[in-house]
Amino acid sequence: MRYLPLTDPDRCEMLAVIGAPSVESLFRDVPEAARFDGSFDLPDHKSELEVEQIIGALAKRNMAAGDVPSFLGAGAYHHHIPASVDHLIQRGEYLTSYTPYQPEISQGTLQALFEFQTQVALITGMEVANASMYDGATSCAEAVLMARRITRRDKAILSGGLHPHYRDVTETQTRYLDLEIVASPTDVTGSESLAALIDDETACVVVQNPGFFGHLRDFSALAAQCQAKGALLIAVVPEVISLGAVIAPGDMGADIVVAEGQSLGNPLGFGGPYVGLFAAREKYVRQMPGRLCGQTVDEDDRRGWVLTLSTREQHIRREKATSNICTNAGLCALAFTIHLALLGEEGFRDLAALNHARAVQLAERLSTVDGVEVVTDAFFNEFAVRLPRPAADVVGDLAAKDILAGVPVSRLIPDDPDLADILLVAATECTGENHIEALAASLGEVL
Amino acid sequence: MGHSSDLSRNRAAGGAGSTGDTVLGHQGLRLEEDLLFELDSPGQSGVDLPAIPAVESRLGGLERRTEIGLPGLSEPEVVRHYTRLSQKNYAIDMGTYPLGSCTMKHNPRLNEKMARLPGFASLHPLQPAETTQGALALIEATAQWLKTLTGMPAVAMSPAAGAHGELCGMMAIRAALDAREDGTTSRRRVLVPESAHGTNPATAAVCGFTVDPIPANEAGRVDVDAFKAKLGDDVASVMLTNPNTCGLFEPDMIEIARLIHEAGGYFYCDGANFNAIVGRVRPGDLGIDCMHINLHKTFSTPHGGGGPGAGPVVLSEALAPFAPRPWIVHDDSGFALVENEADTGDAAPIGRLKAFHGQMGMFVRTYAYMLSHGKDGLAQVSGDAVLNANYVMARLQDLMTPSFAGPCMHECLFDDRFLDGTDVTTLDFAKAMIDEGYHPMTMYFPLVVHGAMLIEPTETESKRGLDDFIAVMRRLAENAKAGKAERFAAAPQLTPRRRLDETTAARKPVLRWTPEGLEAEAAE
Amino acid sequence: MSERKYTDDHEWVDLDGDIGTVGITDYAQEQLGDVVFVELPDIGKALAKGDEAAVIESVKAAAEIYAPVDGEVTEVNAALNDDPSLVNADAGGKGWFVKLRIADPSALDDLMDDAAYSAYVEGLN
Repeated sequence: MRYLPLTDPDRCEMLAVIGAPSVESLFRDVPEAARFDGSFDLPDHKSELEVEQIIGALAKRNMAAGDVPSFLGAGAYHHHIPASVDHLIQRGEYLTSYTPYQPEISQGTLQALFEFQTQVALITGMEVANASMYDGATSCAEAVLMARRITRRDKAILSGGLHPHYRDVTETQTRYLDLEIVASPTDVTGSESLAALIDDETACVVVQNPGFFGHLRDFSALAAQCQAKGALLIAVVPEVISLGAVIAPGDMGADIVVAEGQSLGNPLGFGGPYVGLFAAREKYVRQMPGRLCGQTVDEDDRRGWVLTLSTREQHIRREKATSNICTNAGLCALAFTIHLALLGEEGFRDLAALNHARAVQLAERLSTVDGVEVVTDAFFNEFAVRLPRPAADVVGDLAAKDILAGVPVSRLIPDDPDLADILLVAATECTGENHIEALAASLGEVL
Repeated sequence: MGHSSDLSRNRAAGGAGSTGDTVLGHQGLRLEEDLLFELDSPGQSGVDLPAIPAVESRLGGLERRTEIGLPGLSEPEVVRHYTRLSQKNYAIDMGTYPLGSCTMKHNPRLNEKMARLPGFASLHPLQPAETTQGALALIEATAQWLKTLTGMPAVAMSPAAGAHGELCGMMAIRAALDAREDGTTSRRRVLVPESAHGTNPATAAVCGFTVDPIPANEAGRVDVDAFKAKLGDDVASVMLTNPNTCGLFEPDMIEIARLIHEAGGYFYCDGANFNAIVGRVRPGDLGIDCMHINLHKTFSTPHGGGGPGAGPVVLSEALAPFAPRPWIVHDDSGFALVENEADTGDAAPIGRLKAFHGQMGMFVRTYAYMLSHGKDGLAQVSGDAVLNANYVMARLQDLMTPSFAGPCMHECLFDDRFLDGTDVTTLDFAKAMIDEGYHPMTMYFPLVVHGAMLIEPTETESKRGLDDFIAVMRRLAENAKAGKAERFAAAPQLTPRRRLDETTAARKPVLRWTPEGLEAEAAE
Repeated sequence: MSERKYTDDHEWVDLDGDIGTVGITDYAQEQLGDVVFVELPDIGKALAKGDEAAVIESVKAAAEIYAPVDGEVTEVNAALNDDPSLVNADAGGKGWFVKLRIADPSALDDLMDDAAYSAYVEGLN
């Protein structure tokens, strides 16, 4: 067994030192009734070559979004990842280290986290950010809980433009806490007004930019309305590249900004692992969930970094912790940081501009296809179109032609007949003009 | 902003430390490295993008007009920066990482290669199921292994980490109790041993439960009489780690399961230490109702400096109907996902825990690990893990003080009695290990013994590697007893940084870089 | 001012008229280590004996300060917000936490006096 270094002579020698007759005898605390003496219905160990063959065959039974024209988005986006990102995160010093609880021998991970926190604060327009969460949806739920702690109020208003899965996760994670969730109706047109829903019991209003249907909106007025009522504005950003082109939520007055960071450095990966970004105003830092890396000095007065404010966390506060979360998305956060470091100010803005330009080209071309109506006016790299027949059927037809046409809204909101014909389509820097042409032509054939 | 000109930043002040006086603070292979933001060449980029087509903006007048403040670096500069930073980390690839309760075992690179196959890495979570049959088959196969190894009938795959798995399991328990009482359950008390991981009480609280601690007996196990005395019709559940955080198997598990069920509650098992028993004990045979499995522990997915993890939860028949969406179903036409409430039939899922289907990248790695080991190799894994821990204990017990009599399971627990009268603390001892080239063991956890040192070598350490580690530990213990307290108090001295001032970090938190000018402005 | 009283949670109370000043003892601050943050209650908050009056955090620990008797918060030590190290430097003086208006000062009679507290701490060592 290639992963197990002990040899049989080693084992004999070690048992002799221990004074035990056999390895089995070391399990003497396990009651007889608890020992499994049957045979598991599982195969025996396999060679590296055989494992590659088995898993390789499974991989081939999938249509990789990178191999065909793909217009899928709705919270996960296919972007190009520079080769050096994956090279660097596979260095054993990052890949095979633990949470940096021993700062003297973890300065690499800690400094990278400090850079990550700074980058996240900069792009979201906020003052501080944590060391990351599981994903955008769990960040959203944690933001609502944080708003509840800060305001000591028990009502959260969710925009109808919030990703349905983010709403679902937020409702799930709060279902056993005395928290009222008021979900505004699905907002296909991007025109909802939430101001009237805010009252003295409202802890927070959760909006998304770009919205689930792609709409870009200015939330400055809503932020002021929240502030007037003592509620917090939480802004959710499902596509982090948009922050290179669009006014930052912090500059619109958001109090907490959460985002899905997958688009930088992390592959689609069939949904995970991803990286949740979490940023807030500095005055709320002690109510933040998750790990935080802070700057300090060592005994020789040299600059260094440590995990800090850990009294908020479960390993110290136990049942009084701000969150039960223990891990962050360390390596995904590192991939994010390295990708954004490579891009820099110019590259990040250009990447965002390129994404937007491709989406505009896509919208212009699709609007020339008979029966296709572009629903979203102002958008970043994703928008909604209305088709003359159910979008899920059209997506199925096009998948048979090796085109991944987008996400039918009915996949996430199945119970609303008005939405059955709506398709979400996204473009990124990976979307070629030939892809756009292929989609338009094939749509023309199946509609 | 701009290039740092302050060369002194990285050098030791006043010669107080052990560092040599070099121009830039570098010391041979120990290289100093500024922050990314201090390496800025405005306008530079490490990425060349395709040309941007000229189009009319449709951003609706919301164009970002202000500078973001991101630094510009070329690709070689970025590669060098993160390579230099990496060399300030200790890692499993470099040496023994005996961090108790964390299972820092070898991370096979085959797993990485498999996870990066485009058929998985480049798959969108919302593609039509017909185009993702291989991925769904892999998740199902991984789920089947987990169910078989634990002897449990169901598994929820989507939780993102151990604590997320705990949340899933405890919510399922809450939902099952609510359903049984046809409303809101009056059972709100959860029994948690004092030795439990902090996530256990934190999770119970998020599910609306109150936590009632159960004491340990003198042998480091749950005190069954104390446990019995705490049972009542307001008890929702017991949360128990097995093997426990003292590295001991709970011999009364089956009795505890019977008692909690008799009292009308459910049994949550924390599976953090599954590595000790995988392939030998099926937790389902012990009578548990649910258990999360940290794939980044037992199944070797990398810890990555603090995540991402994955924490699938196996469930009993009683709790299975409450598993979160989505889940996979299959028939003759293939695999499909049940994602929405409308499609859940008779089930009563607690809801959804993650935006998509779970940590797919971790499932691929786990499956590669399972296939590589097979059922024979996994039994060998737990056998060698337990053998290694007992070997370390046997060879250190004359100089250090084991908290409980052996044999232990996959980790051995010492306390600080052997340091009595030496002026050396557990923390000092740990820091001295760093100077000797080792990552310290887990310190001050579990809380039930004084100055805890929890050592988990894992099965991927060779005997030669263990003998070296043991030699170091023995020498340090001898040094401490011989009154050489100063080498401990001053440690570590040979690291990129010496002990860091955590008090200042917490009193005046600096959580991000700011341009110095901005800082000065803020100070005014 | 009457004699300083102590609770078995290592808090002290000084009574002046119907106003009681509450802090933690030197023993308690030593156990906690370097204090890094203090969360103080709102002025006007009514506390019953045993209610959480404040939270104190060190690098590695968090602890609650409980109301030693029933009372209403009349003043908090805002200096601790800027300099929590006052708790370490002068736990029995400048490091006080809150002042409470105590409706029934006789409730303090149940607490320990200086000698009793010293003996109590001695018993813990």
